[in-house]
Formats: sequence, structure tokens, C-alpha cells
Amino acid sequence: MGLFRRKESKIEKRVRTVQTPAGRRRRRRAFRRKAAATVFLALTGLLFLMPIVLTFTNSFMTPSEISANYGAIFATTEQGARMFVGETVNLKFIPDWVTFSQYITVLFKSPEYLLKFWNSVIYVVPIVVFQLFVAALASFGFARYKGRVKQLIFFLYIILMLMPYQVTLVPNYLVAGRLHILNTRWAIWLPGIFSPFAVYMLTKYMRRIPDSLYEAASIDGAGEWEIFTRICLPICRGGLMSIGILIFIDYWNMVEQPLVLLSDPELHPLSVFLSRINTGEISLAFAVAVIYMVLPMLMFLYGEEYLVEGIIYQGGVKE
Amino acid sequence: MAGAGDKLNRTLRRNAAGESSRERRGGRRRKIRGSQGRRSLKGRFTSWLFLLPSVLGVALFFVIPFGVVVYYSVVNNPVQHVYVGLDNYVRTWNNTAFRLAAMNTLRFSLMAVPLAVGLSLLLAVLMEDRIPGRSTFCSFFLSPMMVPIASVILIWQVLFDFNGLVNVWITRLGFERIDWLKSAHAQLVILLLFLWKNLGYNMILFMSGLAGVPQEQVEVARLESASDMRIFWTIKIRYLSSTIMFVTIMSLINSFKVFREVYLLTGDYPFDALYMLQHFMNNTFLSLDYQKLSSAAIIMSVVMVVIIGILFVAEDYLDRDLE
Repeated sequence: MGLFRRKESKIEKRVRTVQTPAGRRRRRRAFRRKAAATVFLALTGLLFLMPIVLTFTNSFMTPSEISANYGAIFATTEQGARMFVGETVNLKFIPDWVTFSQYITVLFKSPEYLLKFWNSVIYVVPIVVFQLFVAALASFGFARYKGRVKQLIFFLYIILMLMPYQVTLVPNYLVAGRLHILNTRWAIWLPGIFSPFAVYMLTKYMRRIPDSLYEAASIDGAGEWEIFTRICLPICRGGLMSIGILIFIDYWNMVEQPLVLLSDPELHPLSVFLSRINTGEISLAFAVAVIYMVLPMLMFLYGEEYLVEGIIYQGGVKE
Repeated sequence: MAGAGDKLNRTLRRNAAGESSRERRGGRRRKIRGSQGRRSLKGRFTSWLFLLPSVLGVALFFVIPFGVVVYYSVVNNPVQHVYVGLDNYVRTWNNTAFRLAAMNTLRFSLMAVPLAVGLSLLLAVLMEDRIPGRSTFCSFFLSPMMVPIASVILIWQVLFDFNGLVNVWITRLGFERIDWLKSAHAQLVILLLFLWKNLGYNMILFMSGLAGVPQEQVEVARLESASDMRIFWTIKIRYLSSTIMFVTIMSLINSFKVFREVYLLTGDYPFDALYMLQHFMNNTFLSLDYQKLSSAAIIMSVVMVVIIGILFVAEDYLDRDLE
């Protein structure tokens, strides 16, 4: 995260270290402000982390402890009726007994969760890979050659990218109906693969590669395909990682598309399915929730810089 | 002198923003070199080969069907194809469910977008001081972005259920319990979830924007003992204008996506205050009323384009002000 850290300039240093009463006052004030900011950020930061930590720790509770703690909530929602339950609700950090019983039940005794998890993987992996591939080709086309028509098309991509699902799902649904792929995996895959998001991002990335590099390769006798695979793609590796992470979280989280395009609940990914188990098997829900967030969390731990870079690319760049 | 410095900074910033002067010069150079007609023709052909898969896919899945959507929105039904003008739009516009969904979405966006922009800017400004543990805090704020909403929805239910934790605290303080998700406060619960999820992302954008503010001006202002507040409002905010616009657009788009959270928390039939545009669309999908779907989609896309257009123009205006 050295990304945003700027060096202290000479003037700043002199202002900071000068020994006058005013300077001292200024420094004291600065110190106090910094301390306050640190405390504030630490507290809010921990608050932000809390839901994740709680989900995690709760997944190690025994089913009886879960129902003792949250029975009052989920028992009533199950029946739909509102009644007063005397039990108190407890949000506990540390389980009384640390067990893996929730995980064991999810992993070995109830295959439907694993099936839904597998559904999620099956949707997301091809979308990430092929969206990046299609986008890499297109971005190379956009970045390497400029023309008025291409600029217009690129502008269209931006508008499409900014459209909410409420708008884009209608065309997607119509096409899927016409191609008879409604209620099949293709209905999710194909619009995902051709989503303009990665094209926009990668084009921005590739436009930073100097033309002279391509020209040099071209003079050395490299064909366009070679320039693309040997020069452009290796340079963009970081960008591909960042954009891949952004695409991954977007589709790992998807709810709207399966709801509209897949009427068969068997095909739904875990993101949709999770909302349904909350009412039923509450004792498992935390373990399933943790299993579902392990993959993105690992990505976050190992690829945070890429994520940050991806976000900055998305933002620092405007047309 | 100062003017030259400004110009330099601006170019640097532009370069950082990917729109380098090289491109513009490069374009001109290509025009001057007229002898390359053949190569550029071939080049043009290859470039289209690269673009082909994506352009075909986008055309097939987004552009052409969008044309069909426009067509459906002006005919009476997909079988008879009788042109009815704007009737469908009027019908959708007068539909009470659509009105409710649009008003709810609008109300939510009006609350969520300014808060998301303001609070994340505040966080980024606080982060700007060289405070200890900065990168750790950064990770803390960013982590919600990576967590699937479906995973943490349980915690929100535990907190905001009628028998939930917040109500326990409230009764302990001597207030009446509130059925959070079934009351006028329902949007607040979703708002919290929205902010939790999006602040980190916005904060990163603002941090990178703040890092791009030319330090010379800040230093000069500081030497002339301008207060930090003054420095922020007169110098930094101007250089942030494009970031602010971008964050606003992204927050707006994300606020339209908030259906996800609502659906996971409350299912298909939420309390009235939480009935979002996507709920309306889903229900219309179920009844397969193509006319209503199409006209609603087009109304929304027009509204989106208008809003984004206004933001772009505003940003352009602010940018010129800087010059």
C-alpha cells in the first residue's frame, strides 16, 4: 500500500521541525489531530470488520448453541407469525464449544450446499476466463488502432457498462429466449462473457503502452498476433489480474441474473440459495456462509494490491 | 511562473489519467504520413479481427435485443405488432407498482449516494495524514467489498430482526421496539449495508485522487498559514472534481444494485418501502408483459443517460474552472 504515500518535501519538513512557539503549537495540534484520526479510523475499521469476524466465529458453534442464541429470530421468521419469545438474543464472539460440526454436516451430510457451491464455481470461472480473453482481443483492437467508428463503439461500451441490471436484463432475456437457452447455464455464461466491463478497463490499461514498443516489434518482423501475445499480454498481466478479481467478485455475488434467467432453482448459484436456508437450517447457515466467502477472502489476502490497483484504474481513468 | 507550474501539473495528471498527449500527437502523425495507405488498410482489417468476437457478442446480447426492446415498447403486443406510439410508456408510467418502485429507488439513491461520497471522502482525508497502521485500516474498509452479501446477511438479520439485537438494546434504553425491516426505517437498514459494502471502494478512489493533488500549492498555502479546512476546500476539492464525479456515478449505479441486499434480506415480497425497481422488473418478467418490461427498461435507460450526462457536463464545467 505504498501507493498513496507521498514523500515529505523539504519545505514540509522545515515547517514541521522549525522551533518557534507557533511551530510548536502547530505540531502539537497536528499530533492531537492525528491521534484522534487514528482512534476514529481504528474504531470504524473494526466495526467494518465485525460482521465478517462474527460470521466466522459463529460457524464454530454447536447447533444447540446457535438455536439458543438466535432461536428467537429465526424460529419466528420460519412460521411467518410474530410472537413474543422470552429468550434473549445473543451475538457472541467466542463459541462455548469450538466444534466443526456445522462444517461436517455441510460437507458430508447435505450435498445440496456443495452442489450450489459447485454451481457458483461453474458460472464464475468460465465467465472470468473468457471475458478476459474476449476483452483482451478487443482492447488490443481499440488501443492499437484508432478510428472514428471505433471511438463510437467504445463510447457505446461505456454506456452499456453504466447501465444497471434492470435495463440490461431485458435484452438478455429476449435473446436467451430466442436462442432457446433460457433456464440453462448458457443464459448466464454468454452475456457474462461479452460484458463490456473488462473491455473498457483493459483498453484503458493498454492505451498506456507506448506505440513505439509495437512499432519496434513490427519492424523486427513480428505479426500482429505475435505483438499481441508476446508484448501486449505480458505487459498487461497485472491489469488482467486486477480486472479478473473485479469480475470474479461481481459474478460470485450475482443475484439478479439467476433470478430472471434461471427458473429452475437447481441451477441457482449459492448466492441466491443462501438466502433461502436462513429460515430453514439456521444451524448450518454460518458454516455455509463462511465456505462461500473463503474464496473471495483468500483472493483479497493474496491480491489486495491488485484489487486496489484495479479500483484505481477504474476510477482514475475517464473518457 | 505559477501558471506554467499549473499546466505541468495538469499534464501530469492527465497522463496519470491515461489520456496522454502522445495519443493526440500520434494521431496527427499518422495523418501526415500519407504513404502508409496500404499498411493502414491492412491494419484496419486486422484491428477489426481483434474486435470481432467482442463486437459480435455485444451486438448479439445487448445492442440488437435493445433495438427489439425499443420496438416492443411501441407496439401493442409481440404477436400483432400494431404501432401504438407512447401508450405503453404512459401505461407503465401510471402503473402504481412502477411508481412505488421508482420512488423507492429514487429515495434510496438520494440518501445513499451523497452519504457514500461524503463519508468515503472523509475517510480518505483522515487516511491522508501519516497515521500508523494505515494500510491495515485500508484493508479493513476494503474487505466488505470482497465478502459476498449473502454471507453476512445472517448478521444483519440477527441485528435488525423484530426480536433482534438492536431492538434488545433499544428496549434496554427504554424505547419501543421497531420492526426494522417492516417499517418506514427499512431503507435505513439497507443503507447501512450499502455503506458498509461500498465505502472502502470509494475511499480507495478518493485516496488515489488526493495523492494526485499537486503538493506545491498545498505547501505554499500552508506556509501562508492557511488552515487545513481552507486548504481542503479551496485547493484539494478542485483537483478531486473528476474523482468526485466518478465516485458519484459508481455509487449511483451501485445504489441501483441494492435490490440484491433487499432480496437476500427480505425475499420476493418485501415491505412497501423496500420494493425496488428490480422487484418490479422481476414480477413483470414472471407475468411476461413484454410491453411493460420494454417501456420500463427504456424509461430507466433514458433516466440513467440523462443523469450521467448531467454529471459529465458538471464535471467538465468544474474542470474548466480549474484551468
